[in-house]
Amino acid sequence: MMTTIKLETSAADHHIARMAAVALGLTVLENAIPSPLPGVKPGLANIVTLIVLARYGWRAAAWVSLLRVLAGSLLFGNFLAPGFFLSLSGAVCSLAVLALSLHLPQRWFGPVTDSILAAFAHIAGQMTVVYLWLIPHSGIAYLIPIFATAALVFGTVNGLIAAIFMDETQSPSLGGEETGVNSRK
Amino acid sequence: MRFLAHIKPGDYFTLLAGVTFTVWVSLAVWSGGAADTALIRSGGKIFKEVPLSRDQQIEVPGPLGTSIITIEKRKARISSDPSPRQYCVRQGWLQQAGEIAICLPNEVSVELTGGAKKYDSLNY
Repeated sequence: MMTTIKLETSAADHHIARMAAVALGLTVLENAIPSPLPGVKPGLANIVTLIVLARYGWRAAAWVSLLRVLAGSLLFGNFLAPGFFLSLSGAVCSLAVLALSLHLPQRWFGPVTDSILAAFAHIAGQMTVVYLWLIPHSGIAYLIPIFATAALVFGTVNGLIAAIFMDETQSPSLGGEETGVNSRK
Repeated sequence: MRFLAHIKPGDYFTLLAGVTFTVWVSLAVWSGGAADTALIRSGGKIFKEVPLSRDQQIEVPGPLGTSIITIEKRKARISSDPSPRQYCVRQGWLQQAGEIAICLPNEVSVELTGGAKKYDSLNY
């Protein structure tokens, strides 16, 4: 006799899965872009995390972010390899900082702030893992300015993209222009 | 600049803080190791320790002959050496603490020290 196991999934689960899939798509896209230094990449998937964070809260953002890390590692074949733990540590640190930055007054601080803070948290988490586990050598400190600059630039750009996306999709007059998360429903 | 409308006032503050931090970190990491002393070794023993503040030329005897070390404008280099391949001469000027030029055949080396000692692959 064959038994069928059926997981009960809610609409919210489907929604999170869809967003994680969009984030995953951006991760794949970004891997096609050559990088001057391993670890320096735009982190386009974080745009999705930022939008989910602003619209559906921290829990949903954490799900999307961590699912993306997990599924991305399976896709690229580095699950439980160093690259996976680097992604994971970056994502966890970013989420921790986002949990705090969420409480900043909305009136003054937007997605750009969240994005920059998360980007810096991301490299801080990664550098910590690199130092404690992979390269326990103070020489990696030389690379901090490069990663910090990348975090600043890509953090700002990603935050800006997320802010523009959310501002534009909120306005009802822009019906046809929507691309991305919401149009995939 | 249409996209500026999407940045909130506090975001500029965060951006400024990020720039400040990045500049500060770059300065701290990349220019911290200014050297102030050249440590000259011959045959594995310290031959002389000279400050980089004074321009001078030092002649160091070795088994093959005399190596000449030049100190100029807070930099040091081996300007002449009897070794056949001239690696240490071609290495050029040393400026940062932790940098070292070694003339193996003549057993002469010059190492810059001072400030916070930097690491390299040799002393890891």
